[in-house]
Amino acid sequence: MTSVVAVIDYGMGNLHSVASALRHVGASEVFVTNDKDQICSADRIVFPGVGAIRDCMGEIKRLECDDPLNEVIFNLRLPVLAICVGMQALMTRSEENEGVDCLNIIEGKVKRFPDDLKGLGSDILKVPHMGWNEVIQTVPHPLWDGIPDRTRFYFVHSYWVRTQDRLQVVGGVDYGVKFDAAIAKDNLFAVQFHPEKSHEMGLRFLKNFLAWEGT
Amino acid sequence: MGLAKRIIPCLDVDNGRVVKGVNFIGIRDAGDPVEVAKKYNSQGADEITFLDITASHECRDTTVEVVEKISENVFIPLTVGGGIRSLNDIQTMLNAGADKVSINTAAIQNPHLVEEAANKFGSQCIVVAVDAKLVSGKGETAYYEIFTHGGRHATGIEAVDWVAKMARFGAGEILLTSMDRDGTKDGFELNLTKKISEAVNIPVIASGGVGTLDHLVEGIKLGKADAVLAASIFHYGEYTIQQAKTYLFSCGIEVALFA
Repeated sequence: MTSVVAVIDYGMGNLHSVASALRHVGASEVFVTNDKDQICSADRIVFPGVGAIRDCMGEIKRLECDDPLNEVIFNLRLPVLAICVGMQALMTRSEENEGVDCLNIIEGKVKRFPDDLKGLGSDILKVPHMGWNEVIQTVPHPLWDGIPDRTRFYFVHSYWVRTQDRLQVVGGVDYGVKFDAAIAKDNLFAVQFHPEKSHEMGLRFLKNFLAWEGT
Repeated sequence: MGLAKRIIPCLDVDNGRVVKGVNFIGIRDAGDPVEVAKKYNSQGADEITFLDITASHECRDTTVEVVEKISENVFIPLTVGGGIRSLNDIQTMLNAGADKVSINTAAIQNPHLVEEAANKFGSQCIVVAVDAKLVSGKGETAYYEIFTHGGRHATGIEAVDWVAKMARFGAGEILLTSMDRDGTKDGFELNLTKKISEAVNIPVIASGGVGTLDHLVEGIKLGKADAVLAASIFHYGEYTIQQAKTYLFSCGIEVALFA
Protein backbone atom coordinates (compact mmCIF):
# COMPACT_ATOMS: atom_id res chain seq x y z
CA MET A 1 0.00 0.00 0.00
CA THR A 2 1.42 3.39 -0.90
CA SER A 3 0.88 6.26 1.39
CA VAL A 4 1.56 9.78 0.21
CA VAL A 5 1.39 12.26 3.06
CA ALA A 6 1.06 16.02 2.75
CA VAL A 7 2.36 17.92 5.78
CA ILE A 8 0.70 21.31 5.62
CA ASP A 9 3.40 23.99 5.76
CA TYR A 10 2.32 27.44 6.90
CA GLY A 11 5.82 28.44 7.94
CA MET A 12 5.54 27.72 11.65
CA GLY A 13 8.06 25.44 13.27
CA ASN A 14 10.07 22.36 12.67
CA LEU A 15 8.34 20.29 9.98
CA HIS A 16 11.52 18.42 9.18
CA SER A 17 11.04 16.14 12.21
CA VAL A 18 7.48 15.12 11.46
CA ALA A 19 8.38 14.48 7.80
CA SER A 20 11.41 12.38 8.84
CA ALA A 21 9.34 10.38 11.29
CA LEU A 22 6.64 9.68 8.66
CA ARG A 23 9.28 8.49 6.18
CA HIS A 24 10.85 6.38 8.90
CA VAL A 25 7.59 4.49 9.50
CA GLY A 26 7.02 3.82 5.83
CA ALA A 27 5.30 6.75 4.12
CA SER A 28 6.07 6.32 0.42
CA GLU A 29 6.28 10.07 -0.10
CA VAL A 30 6.02 13.08 2.18
CA PHE A 31 5.37 16.55 0.81
CA VAL A 32 5.86 19.53 3.07
CA THR A 33 3.63 21.97 1.26
CA ASN A 34 0.93 24.63 1.22
CA ASP A 35 -0.02 24.01 -2.38
CA LYS A 36 -3.72 23.16 -2.57
CA ASP A 37 -3.41 20.67 -5.44
CA GLN A 38 -0.58 18.84 -3.76
CA ILE A 39 -2.46 18.70 -0.45
CA CYS A 40 -5.67 17.49 -2.06
CA SER A 41 -3.91 14.80 -4.12
CA ALA A 42 -2.24 13.17 -1.07
CA ASP A 43 -3.58 10.03 0.62
CA ARG A 44 -3.51 11.58 4.05
CA ILE A 45 -2.73 14.86 5.73
CA VAL A 46 -0.73 16.05 8.73
CA PHE A 47 -1.57 19.48 10.11
CA PRO A 48 1.24 20.44 12.53
CA GLY A 49 2.06 23.68 14.31
CA VAL A 50 4.24 25.27 16.93
CA GLY A 51 4.50 28.80 18.24
CA ALA A 52 1.97 31.41 19.19
CA ILE A 53 -1.61 30.94 17.98
CA ARG A 54 -2.06 34.47 16.60
CA ASP A 55 0.95 34.05 14.31
CA CYS A 56 -0.18 30.56 13.33
CA MET A 57 -3.71 31.67 12.49
CA GLY A 58 -2.32 34.69 10.66
CA GLU A 59 -0.14 32.51 8.45
CA ILE A 60 -2.87 29.90 7.90
CA LYS A 61 -5.15 32.67 6.61
CA ARG A 62 -2.45 34.50 4.65
CA LEU A 63 -1.36 31.33 2.85
CA GLU A 64 -5.00 30.20 2.55
CA CYS A 65 -4.25 26.85 4.12
CA ASP A 66 -7.74 26.74 5.65
CA ASP A 67 -9.24 26.20 2.21
CA PRO A 68 -7.48 22.89 1.34
CA LEU A 69 -7.78 21.82 4.98
CA ASN A 70 -11.56 22.13 4.84
CA GLU A 71 -11.54 20.40 1.46
CA VAL A 72 -9.61 17.33 2.69
CA ILE A 73 -11.59 17.08 5.92
CA PHE A 74 -15.13 17.61 4.69
CA ASN A 75 -15.23 16.81 0.95
CA LEU A 76 -12.38 14.40 0.22
CA ARG A 77 -12.70 12.93 3.70
CA LEU A 78 -9.02 11.98 3.88
CA PRO A 79 -7.47 10.87 7.16
CA VAL A 80 -6.15 14.01 8.84
CA LEU A 81 -3.83 14.16 11.85
CA ALA A 82 -3.47 17.50 13.68
CA ILE A 83 -0.55 17.91 16.08
CA CYS A 84 -0.05 20.34 18.98
CA VAL A 85 -0.87 23.89 17.85
CA GLY A 86 -2.42 22.25 14.78
CA MET A 87 -4.94 20.69 17.17
CA GLN A 88 -5.50 24.02 18.93
CA ALA A 89 -6.03 25.81 15.60
CA LEU A 90 -8.96 23.47 14.82
CA MET A 91 -10.89 24.75 17.84
CA THR A 92 -13.34 27.62 18.05
CA ARG A 93 -11.22 30.05 19.99
CA SER A 94 -7.97 30.27 21.98
CA GLU A 95 -7.37 32.55 24.93
CA GLU A 96 -3.70 32.94 23.91
CA ASN A 97 -2.56 36.39 22.70
CA GLU A 98 -5.57 38.08 24.39
CA GLY A 99 -7.97 35.84 22.48
CA VAL A 100 -7.78 34.57 18.92
CA ASP A 101 -10.53 33.10 16.76
CA CYS A 102 -9.47 29.74 15.36
CA LEU A 103 -10.81 27.56 12.53
CA ASN A 104 -13.85 26.25 14.42
CA ILE A 105 -13.62 22.90 12.65
CA ILE A 106 -14.15 21.31 16.05
CA GLU A 107 -16.24 23.13 18.63
CA GLY A 108 -14.07 23.77 21.66
CA LYS A 109 -11.80 26.14 23.48
CA VAL A 110 -8.09 26.54 24.16
CA LYS A 111 -7.12 27.69 27.64
CA ARG A 112 -3.89 28.46 29.51
CA PHE A 113 -2.57 26.46 32.45
CA PRO A 114 -2.86 28.70 35.52
CA ASP A 115 0.40 30.00 37.05
CA ASP A 116 -0.32 28.50 40.45
CA LEU A 117 -0.90 25.00 39.11
CA LYS A 118 -0.54 22.34 41.78
CA GLY A 119 -0.37 18.55 41.61
CA LEU A 120 -1.11 15.90 44.20
CA GLY A 121 0.74 16.67 47.42
CA SER A 122 0.62 20.37 46.44
CA ASP A 123 3.78 20.18 44.33
CA ILE A 124 4.10 23.18 42.05
CA LEU A 125 3.54 22.15 38.45
CA LYS A 126 5.69 24.09 36.01
CA VAL A 127 4.39 25.69 32.83
CA PRO A 128 5.04 24.88 29.96
CA HIS A 129 3.88 21.33 30.53
CA MET A 130 7.10 19.91 29.12
CA GLY A 131 8.08 16.26 28.96
CA TRP A 132 6.61 12.78 29.06
CA ASN A 133 3.15 12.30 30.48
CA GLU A 134 0.70 9.44 30.56
CA VAL A 135 -2.15 9.48 28.08
CA ILE A 136 -5.26 7.73 29.33
CA GLN A 137 -7.00 6.12 26.37
CA THR A 138 -10.63 6.87 27.13
CA VAL A 139 -11.98 5.23 23.96
CA PRO A 140 -10.49 2.48 21.73
CA HIS A 141 -9.38 3.78 18.35
CA PRO A 142 -7.32 2.36 15.43
CA LEU A 143 -4.60 4.94 16.17
CA TRP A 144 -4.07 3.40 19.62
CA ASP A 145 -3.44 -0.01 18.06
CA GLY A 146 -0.50 -1.74 19.78
CA ILE A 147 -0.05 1.17 22.21
CA PRO A 148 -0.75 0.29 25.85
CA ASP A 149 -3.08 2.51 27.86
CA ARG A 150 -1.15 5.10 29.90
CA THR A 151 1.78 5.12 27.50
CA ARG A 152 3.83 8.29 27.94
CA PHE A 153 4.04 10.74 25.05
CA TYR A 154 6.09 13.92 24.74
CA PHE A 155 4.27 17.18 25.42
CA VAL A 156 5.40 20.77 25.26
CA HIS A 157 2.67 23.38 25.59
CA SER A 158 1.26 26.10 27.83
CA TYR A 159 -2.28 26.02 26.41
CA TRP A 160 -4.66 23.07 26.37
CA VAL A 161 -7.81 22.01 24.58
CA ARG A 162 -11.28 21.19 25.81
CA THR A 163 -13.84 20.15 23.23
CA GLN A 164 -17.50 20.96 23.60
CA ASP A 165 -18.64 17.46 22.58
CA ARG A 166 -17.08 15.22 25.21
CA LEU A 167 -17.79 12.12 23.07
CA GLN A 168 -14.97 13.28 20.77
CA VAL A 169 -12.35 12.77 23.49
CA VAL A 170 -10.26 9.62 22.94
CA GLY A 171 -7.31 10.43 25.22
CA GLY A 172 -6.84 12.53 28.33
CA VAL A 173 -4.06 13.79 30.57
CA ASP A 174 -4.13 15.10 34.11
CA TYR A 175 -1.63 17.90 34.72
CA GLY A 176 -3.25 19.90 37.48
CA VAL A 177 -6.19 20.23 35.11
CA LYS A 178 -7.62 17.39 33.07
CA PHE A 179 -7.25 18.26 29.40
CA ASP A 180 -7.90 16.60 26.05
CA ALA A 181 -4.72 14.93 24.78
CA ALA A 182 -6.43 13.30 21.81
CA ILE A 183 -9.74 13.90 20.10
CA ALA A 184 -11.32 12.16 17.14
CA LYS A 185 -14.13 13.23 14.86
CA ASP A 186 -14.79 11.01 11.85
CA ASN A 187 -11.68 11.20 9.61
CA LEU A 188 -9.99 13.76 11.84
CA PHE A 189 -7.67 12.89 14.73
CA ALA A 190 -5.96 15.58 16.79
CA VAL A 191 -3.31 15.24 19.47
CA GLN A 192 -1.71 17.69 21.87
CA PHE A 193 1.46 15.59 22.17
CA HIS A 194 4.21 15.19 19.59
CA PRO A 195 4.14 11.65 18.17
CA GLU A 196 7.17 12.50 16.01
CA LYS A 197 9.15 13.13 19.23
CA SER A 198 7.67 10.30 21.31
CA HIS A 199 10.20 7.53 20.82
CA GLU A 200 9.03 4.06 19.70
CA MET A 201 5.40 4.49 20.73
CA GLY A 202 5.20 7.79 18.88
CA LEU A 203 6.46 6.06 15.76
CA ARG A 204 3.95 3.28 16.32
CA PHE A 205 1.21 5.91 16.51
CA LEU A 206 2.33 7.44 13.21
CA LYS A 207 2.49 3.98 11.64
CA ASN A 208 -1.09 3.43 12.77
CA PHE A 209 -2.01 6.74 11.16
CA LEU A 210 -0.52 5.58 7.83
CA ALA A 211 -2.67 2.45 8.02
CA TRP A 212 -5.85 4.29 9.08
CA GLU A 213 -8.61 4.78 6.51
CA GLY A 214 -10.25 7.55 8.47
CA THR A 215 -13.20 5.64 9.82
CA MET B 1 1.17 9.32 38.24
CA GLY B 2 2.15 12.50 36.46
CA LEU B 3 4.81 14.17 34.42
CA ALA B 4 8.09 12.23 34.40
CA LYS B 5 11.40 13.73 35.46
CA ARG B 6 13.70 13.73 32.48
CA ILE B 7 17.22 12.39 31.99
CA ILE B 8 19.06 14.25 29.26
CA PRO B 9 22.45 13.13 27.99
CA CYS B 10 24.51 16.02 26.71
CA LEU B 11 26.77 15.90 23.70
CA ASP B 12 29.51 18.52 23.85
CA VAL B 13 30.58 18.71 20.24
CA ASP B 14 33.82 20.21 18.99
CA ASN B 15 34.31 20.38 15.26
CA GLY B 16 31.91 17.51 14.62
CA ARG B 17 33.11 15.17 17.39
CA VAL B 18 31.63 14.50 20.82
CA VAL B 19 34.06 15.51 23.55
CA LYS B 20 33.84 16.16 27.25
CA GLY B 21 36.10 18.53 29.09
CA VAL B 22 36.94 18.61 32.78
CA ASN B 23 36.32 22.13 34.10
CA PHE B 24 36.12 23.09 30.43
CA ILE B 25 39.76 22.08 29.87
CA GLY B 26 41.24 18.72 28.91
CA ILE B 27 39.52 16.70 26.23
CA ARG B 28 38.73 13.02 25.68
CA ASP B 29 37.24 12.02 22.36
CA ALA B 30 33.91 10.21 22.78
CA GLY B 31 32.76 9.70 19.23
CA ASP B 32 30.54 10.58 16.31
CA PRO B 33 27.56 12.65 17.49
CA VAL B 34 25.03 10.90 15.26
CA GLU B 35 26.09 7.47 16.55
CA VAL B 36 26.16 8.70 20.15
CA ALA B 37 22.68 10.23 19.76
CA LYS B 38 21.32 6.99 18.29
CA LYS B 39 22.82 5.02 21.17
CA TYR B 40 21.16 7.28 23.77
CA ASN B 41 17.87 7.12 21.91
CA SER B 42 17.92 3.33 21.99
CA GLN B 43 18.80 3.42 25.71
CA GLY B 44 15.66 5.46 26.36
CA ALA B 45 16.92 9.03 26.78
CA ASP B 46 14.10 11.55 27.26
CA GLU B 47 15.78 14.22 25.15
CA ILE B 48 19.20 14.97 23.76
CA THR B 49 21.10 18.19 24.20
CA PHE B 50 23.78 19.09 21.70
CA LEU B 51 26.20 21.83 22.71
CA ASP B 52 28.57 23.12 20.08
CA ILE B 53 31.46 24.10 22.33
CA THR B 54 33.73 25.62 19.73
CA ALA B 55 31.05 27.45 17.82
CA SER B 56 33.54 29.24 15.64
CA HIS B 57 31.92 30.47 12.48
CA GLU B 58 33.71 28.09 10.13
CA CYS B 59 32.31 25.13 12.05
CA ARG B 60 28.67 26.25 11.83
CA ASP B 61 27.95 24.34 8.64
CA THR B 62 29.28 21.15 10.22
CA THR B 63 26.95 21.68 13.18
CA VAL B 64 23.91 22.19 10.94
CA GLU B 65 24.70 18.99 9.05
CA VAL B 66 25.12 17.02 12.27
CA VAL B 67 21.81 18.38 13.63
CA GLU B 68 20.07 17.39 10.39
CA LYS B 69 21.48 13.88 10.58
CA ILE B 70 20.54 13.45 14.24
CA SER B 71 16.98 14.64 13.66
CA GLU B 72 16.55 12.20 10.76
CA ASN B 73 17.57 9.30 12.98
CA VAL B 74 16.41 10.12 16.47
CA PHE B 75 12.74 10.65 17.32
CA ILE B 76 12.99 12.36 20.67
CA PRO B 77 13.40 16.10 21.35
CA LEU B 78 16.71 17.66 20.41
CA THR B 79 18.07 20.89 21.93
CA VAL B 80 20.94 22.66 20.21
CA GLY B 81 23.13 25.28 21.86
CA GLY B 82 26.46 26.98 21.46
CA GLY B 83 27.00 30.11 19.41
CA ILE B 84 23.30 30.95 18.97
CA ARG B 85 23.39 34.75 18.57
CA SER B 86 20.42 35.86 16.49
CA LEU B 87 16.89 35.06 15.36
CA ASN B 88 18.51 33.90 12.15
CA ASP B 89 20.70 31.37 13.99
CA ILE B 90 17.62 30.07 15.80
CA GLN B 91 15.70 29.71 12.55
CA THR B 92 18.64 27.84 10.98
CA MET B 93 18.78 25.33 13.84
CA LEU B 94 15.00 24.82 13.97
CA ASN B 95 14.98 24.26 10.21
CA ALA B 96 17.80 21.75 10.58
CA GLY B 97 15.60 19.74 12.94
CA ALA B 98 16.26 21.11 16.42
CA ASP B 99 13.19 21.29 18.65
CA LYS B 100 14.70 23.81 21.03
CA VAL B 101 17.68 26.11 21.00
CA SER B 102 19.72 27.05 23.99
CA ILE B 103 20.89 30.66 24.28
CA ASN B 104 23.65 31.63 26.67
CA THR B 105 26.12 34.46 25.95
CA ALA B 106 23.81 36.20 23.48
CA ALA B 107 21.07 36.45 26.12
CA ILE B 108 23.48 38.31 28.42
CA GLN B 109 24.59 40.61 25.64
CA ASN B 110 21.04 41.28 24.49
CA PRO B 111 18.28 40.05 26.84
CA HIS B 112 15.64 41.17 24.37
CA LEU B 113 16.81 38.47 21.97
CA VAL B 114 15.06 36.02 24.31
CA GLU B 115 11.88 38.09 24.21
CA GLU B 116 11.93 38.41 20.43
CA ALA B 117 12.73 34.72 19.98
CA ALA B 118 9.92 33.63 22.31
CA ASN B 119 7.46 35.85 20.45
CA LYS B 120 8.57 34.62 17.06
CA PHE B 121 9.14 30.91 17.68
CA GLY B 122 7.22 30.30 20.92
CA SER B 123 8.56 29.90 24.46
CA GLN B 124 8.54 26.12 24.08
CA CYS B 125 11.67 26.18 21.94
CA ILE B 126 13.68 28.82 23.81
CA VAL B 127 16.01 27.49 26.48
CA VAL B 128 18.17 29.97 28.37
CA ALA B 129 21.45 28.41 29.50
CA VAL B 130 23.10 29.82 32.60
CA ASP B 131 26.62 29.02 33.77
CA ALA B 132 26.88 30.11 37.41
CA LYS B 133 29.65 30.12 39.98
CA LEU B 134 29.69 30.98 43.66
CA VAL B 135 31.78 34.10 44.13
CA SER B 136 32.52 36.60 46.86
CA GLY B 137 34.67 39.68 46.89
CA LYS B 138 36.36 41.01 50.01
CA GLY B 139 33.73 41.62 52.69
CA GLU B 140 30.90 40.63 50.34
CA THR B 141 28.27 37.98 50.88
CA ALA B 142 28.85 35.12 48.47
CA TYR B 143 26.47 34.97 45.51
CA TYR B 144 26.03 33.03 42.29
CA GLU B 145 27.50 34.96 39.41
CA ILE B 146 26.88 34.23 35.75
CA PHE B 147 29.81 33.49 33.47
CA THR B 148 29.82 33.42 29.68
CA HIS B 149 32.03 32.22 26.85
CA GLY B 150 32.31 28.71 28.26
CA GLY B 151 33.11 30.03 31.72
CA ARG B 152 35.89 32.41 30.73
CA HIS B 153 34.11 35.76 31.24
CA ALA B 154 32.58 36.98 34.50
CA THR B 155 29.49 39.16 34.01
CA GLY B 156 28.80 40.54 37.49
CA ILE B 157 25.17 39.38 37.04
CA GLU B 158 23.48 37.56 39.92
CA ALA B 159 21.99 34.27 38.72
CA VAL B 160 18.66 34.01 40.60
CA ASP B 161 17.33 37.44 39.55
CA TRP B 162 18.60 36.87 36.04
CA VAL B 163 16.76 33.59 35.65
CA ALA B 164 13.51 35.16 36.91
CA LYS B 165 13.97 37.92 34.35
CA MET B 166 14.55 35.41 31.56
CA ALA B 167 11.34 33.60 32.53
CA ARG B 168 9.46 36.92 32.33
CA PHE B 169 10.98 37.53 28.91
CA GLY B 170 9.50 34.27 27.67
CA ALA B 171 12.16 31.59 28.15
CA GLY B 172 10.48 28.18 28.16
CA GLU B 173 13.14 26.37 30.16
CA ILE B 174 16.40 27.00 32.04
CA LEU B 175 19.55 24.92 31.57
CA LEU B 176 21.53 25.58 34.73
CA THR B 177 25.20 24.59 34.94
CA SER B 178 27.29 24.97 38.05
CA MET B 179 30.76 26.03 36.97
CA ASP B 180 32.08 24.92 40.35
CA ARG B 181 30.90 21.38 39.77
CA ASP B 182 31.08 20.87 36.02
CA GLY B 183 33.40 17.96 35.24
CA THR B 184 34.15 17.23 38.92
CA LYS B 185 31.80 14.25 39.44
CA ASP B 186 31.09 15.64 42.93
CA GLY B 187 27.35 15.98 42.31
CA PHE B 188 25.12 18.94 41.47
CA GLU B 189 25.40 22.24 43.30
CA LEU B 190 22.13 21.56 45.10
CA ASN B 191 21.78 24.91 46.83
CA LEU B 192 22.05 26.73 43.50
CA THR B 193 19.73 24.28 41.76
CA LYS B 194 17.02 24.60 44.40
CA LYS B 195 17.25 28.41 44.47
CA ILE B 196 16.86 28.64 40.72
CA SER B 197 14.14 26.03 40.46
CA GLU B 198 12.07 27.72 43.14
CA ALA B 199 12.59 31.17 41.63
CA VAL B 200 10.80 30.36 38.36
CA ASN B 201 7.65 28.63 37.17
CA ILE B 202 9.33 27.15 34.08
CA PRO B 203 11.21 23.83 34.03
CA VAL B 204 14.83 23.79 35.18
CA ILE B 205 17.43 21.33 33.92
CA ALA B 206 20.27 20.77 36.39
CA SER B 207 23.75 20.28 34.98
CA GLY B 208 27.33 20.03 36.13
CA GLY B 209 28.96 17.51 38.43
CA VAL B 210 27.15 14.22 37.99
CA GLY B 211 29.37 11.27 38.92
CA THR B 212 26.90 8.74 40.33
CA LEU B 213 23.25 7.80 39.96
CA ASP B 214 22.60 9.12 43.47
CA HIS B 215 23.62 12.55 42.22
CA LEU B 216 20.75 12.41 39.72
CA VAL B 217 18.33 11.52 42.52
CA GLU B 218 19.63 14.39 44.70
CA GLY B 219 19.28 16.87 41.85
CA ILE B 220 15.60 16.03 41.55
CA LYS B 221 14.67 15.44 45.18
CA LEU B 222 16.82 18.07 46.89
CA GLY B 223 17.61 20.42 44.02
CA LYS B 224 13.96 20.34 42.80
CA ALA B 225 15.15 20.03 39.20
CA ASP B 226 12.62 19.04 36.55
CA ALA B 227 15.29 17.34 34.47
CA VAL B 228 18.90 16.29 34.97
CA LEU B 229 21.62 16.54 32.39
CA ALA B 230 24.82 14.52 32.36
CA ALA B 231 27.56 13.69 29.91
CA SER B 232 30.55 11.72 31.10
CA ILE B 233 28.76 9.08 33.19
CA PHE B 234 26.95 8.05 30.02
CA HIS B 235 29.65 8.64 27.40
CA TYR B 236 32.17 6.23 28.81
CA GLY B 237 29.66 3.50 29.53
CA GLU B 238 29.70 3.73 33.34
CA TYR B 239 25.93 3.69 33.26
CA THR B 240 23.30 3.39 30.59
CA ILE B 241 20.31 5.73 30.53
CA GLN B 242 18.13 2.71 31.20
CA GLN B 243 20.10 1.91 34.39
CA ALA B 244 19.78 5.51 35.52
CA LYS B 245 16.02 5.51 34.96
CA THR B 246 15.53 2.21 36.72
CA TYR B 247 17.49 3.56 39.67
CA LEU B 248 15.49 6.81 39.83
CA PHE B 249 12.29 4.79 39.64
CA SER B 250 13.46 2.62 42.57
CA CYS B 251 13.98 5.84 44.55
CA GLY B 252 10.35 6.83 44.01
CA ILE B 253 10.91 9.27 41.14
CA GLU B 254 8.57 9.18 38.18
CA VAL B 255 10.42 8.45 34.96
CA ALA B 256 9.41 7.49 31.45
CA LEU B 257 10.40 3.85 31.01
CA PHE B 258 10.39 3.00 27.34
CA ALA B 259 9.79 -0.74 27.32
